Amino acid sequence: MSKENIILEMKNITKVFPGVKALDNVNLKVKKGTVHGLMGENGAGKSTLMKVLMGIYEPEKGEVMFKGKQLKFADVNNSLEKGISMIHQELSPIPYTTIAENIFLGREPTYGFGVVNHKQLFKNTKDLFENLNIDLNPKTKMKDLSIADMQMVEIAKAISYDADLIIMDEPTSAITDKEVDHLFKMIRNLKEKDVAVIYITHKMEEVFQITDEVTVLRDGKYIGTEKSEDIDSDQLITMMVGRELGEVFIKEESEIKEVLLSAENLSKEGKLRETTFKDVSFDVKEGEILGFSGLVGSGRSEVMEALFGITNLDSGKIYIKGEEVVIDSPSDAIKNKLALLTEDRKSSGLYLPLPVDENMISASIDKFLSKNFIDNKKVKKECQELSEKLNIKTPSLAQIVDNLSGGNQQKVLIARWLLTDPDILILDEPTRGIDVGAKSEIHKLMSALAQTGKAIIMISSEMPEILGMSDRIVVMHEGKKMGELTREEATQEKIMNLASGNIKEAI
Amino acid sequence: MAKEEKKERSLFSEKGFEIFNKYGIFIILLILMLFMTIMIPGFLSTRNIFNIMRQMSIKGLLALGVTLIIITGGIDLSSGAVVAFASVVTASFAQPGDSFLLAIIVGLGAGALAGLINGTIISKAKIPPFIATLGMMQAARGVALLYSGGRPIGNLSEAFEFIGGGDILGLPVPIIIFSLLIIITHLILSQTKLGKSIYAIGGNEEAAYICGINVPRVKLIIYTYAGLLAGLGAIILTSRISSGQPTAGLTYEMDAIAGTVIGGTSLSGGIGSIGGTVVGVMIIGVLNNGLDLMNVSSYWQQILKGVIIVTAIIIDVWKRKRQ
Repeated sequence: MSKENIILEMKNITKVFPGVKALDNVNLKVKKGTVHGLMGENGAGKSTLMKVLMGIYEPEKGEVMFKGKQLKFADVNNSLEKGISMIHQELSPIPYTTIAENIFLGREPTYGFGVVNHKQLFKNTKDLFENLNIDLNPKTKMKDLSIADMQMVEIAKAISYDADLIIMDEPTSAITDKEVDHLFKMIRNLKEKDVAVIYITHKMEEVFQITDEVTVLRDGKYIGTEKSEDIDSDQLITMMVGRELGEVFIKEESEIKEVLLSAENLSKEGKLRETTFKDVSFDVKEGEILGFSGLVGSGRSEVMEALFGITNLDSGKIYIKGEEVVIDSPSDAIKNKLALLTEDRKSSGLYLPLPVDENMISASIDKFLSKNFIDNKKVKKECQELSEKLNIKTPSLAQIVDNLSGGNQQKVLIARWLLTDPDILILDEPTRGIDVGAKSEIHKLMSALAQTGKAIIMISSEMPEILGMSDRIVVMHEGKKMGELTREEATQEKIMNLASGNIKEAI
Repeated sequence: MAKEEKKERSLFSEKGFEIFNKYGIFIILLILMLFMTIMIPGFLSTRNIFNIMRQMSIKGLLALGVTLIIITGGIDLSSGAVVAFASVVTASFAQPGDSFLLAIIVGLGAGALAGLINGTIISKAKIPPFIATLGMMQAARGVALLYSGGRPIGNLSEAFEFIGGGDILGLPVPIIIFSLLIIITHLILSQTKLGKSIYAIGGNEEAAYICGINVPRVKLIIYTYAGLLAGLGAIILTSRISSGQPTAGLTYEMDAIAGTVIGGTSLSGGIGSIGGTVVGVMIIGVLNNGLDLMNVSSYWQQILKGVIIVTAIIIDVWKRKRQ
């Protein structure tokens, strides 16, 4: 491959954080007009490497050549000017401003003297959306968008810089399959214009669908770069984890007994843009894993939030072990032995500034009280046991949870709910955005919990996870339950059809 | 086993930073005291140390309540005005011949009532604490002026004056009261369900609610408790100056907030401790006392205090960035 074709070369990048070598002589070479996958478990150094490229971190050692010139490690604006833009994994919209203002933030068209030309601003955004085939009104406020739409705005924003290199950090973690197809179309268009894309993902199938080459990092070290067509997912996983993974889904048989929870005709009419649902009925049995599938925005999370008392139902009945219960608040739900692992661990799960143990005990403080005071020994003992059982990697229980990796944070939250000793666990996207190792550990744990007679409801947007882990699958579409499939009859096609509203095709 | 754990902790920088930060403020206090000792003969005398502690005991009491509130991510701007309100009410019930106990109950009740109103507005009407307590700050001061007719209420009973001026076993009563409340508040914050809930709410209010924590009730309790502490501060102040002053406690809330923040409590919530706050309040106390004794003009004192508060926040922000 000739030199001119290389748009980006990062050489021997080393970045040290106090106590950790985050990057250790890492190399990355990206060719013009290609999609370059960047893979590795959480904590492998992908994000750090990208932050070095964006000028957010300054490395101790190494150099970056971009379009044949050596790049100085300066500020973010500099990298944008040089032609590198990035779609961040975590969205940071400004809620009360419009889509257009978000996209052109800091580079609004003006009449001069800093007075913004709003007409031009909206027109530019409209043109951009027409180009990319995005169906959104530029004047809509960010706060009124669904997470999937926000993600599309973020993608459009990154493209709008006319960059020569676009970094996409897990762009599909919050969008539906339909939008993924749309995104891939956009990426292919970019390739034709000779734009290079660095594509960070945890999803195997995406790597093979969209990337031309893939570079793997592990524990801050460069493992290798391969052509995507020359490699299969087993080999890739081996490179990432450094060990052979047998089966990713270790669902074990468990004895399914009596109905533990049944929900009848749950309905909620939302205001304005809130997702609503109507007449949703389902039940889940002891020892069973009930999967909830559907596109993002189909109302799955909303049903579970209402079931758990976070929001209130308009109508519908909930029975636990045959008896009707009223759940008006999460504390009612906890009393009824329900647990809910929410979809977004940062916004509604973790106490980021607090240590691991305080995060763990928060839903079960009562059981640690002895005469109104916290029994610190008991806290320490139970948290220690759980963190060993769940293999939580943390230097100590006093570690601030913000400093843990995504997978370990998720396990801390699972520990929190296990401490409440629940009968019914609702897990909303339990493995989103976490690394392969932690993912399989969580799957193993789910199996083990089902075997001890717990009922598990799992919402997942990942088809293999739904198919691999569920005993039964409920599929929702636009707030309605479209159908129910047993493990045996479920196929990807059937689920997809139900999820997109084609009942006939599915049966 | 224990040794291994310690090793692990020192390896991990975040914990190291945290410890540095905690002791960092303590070290600043020691350096400050050392400096004052060298500059001012007699600074370290028992008399002067008691003097400092007595002076800071009132603002210190306010700071204890403010610490709980700031850890939940809230703020209390009303504590100084509540001191004035509780002060005039207490004074009117502490006339010669009045029951000593009644005066105290009324004083505490007045403070707690103001706090309860704050808490109700914040937790039930969901008004931001800044606005709710800003309103209370104005209203409580107004009520104090109205109640007293704008004049100090003097002529207090001798028994009542013991609270601010008396000694027990050689220790000034205000210092004993303050010390007791430090211990109680520390225990509440670090060892009870309420304390864990306070940190949880500051760490992530939505998550706390999902964990079954009764968020409105916790807020109601802590604002009321802060009001109660302001009432207690008012009783000590009224007793010390032998009168109920409608203009008392002016800008006390600012010193209480400053002491809390200097002590490492984060305005974004979830982080803070009573120990830190006590050190923070002591830094302000030592500074005031030392600069007075060195005859530094009060104008310069204000400037210096401003610089120290901002510096403390800068260190806090910087520390978080390092993490």
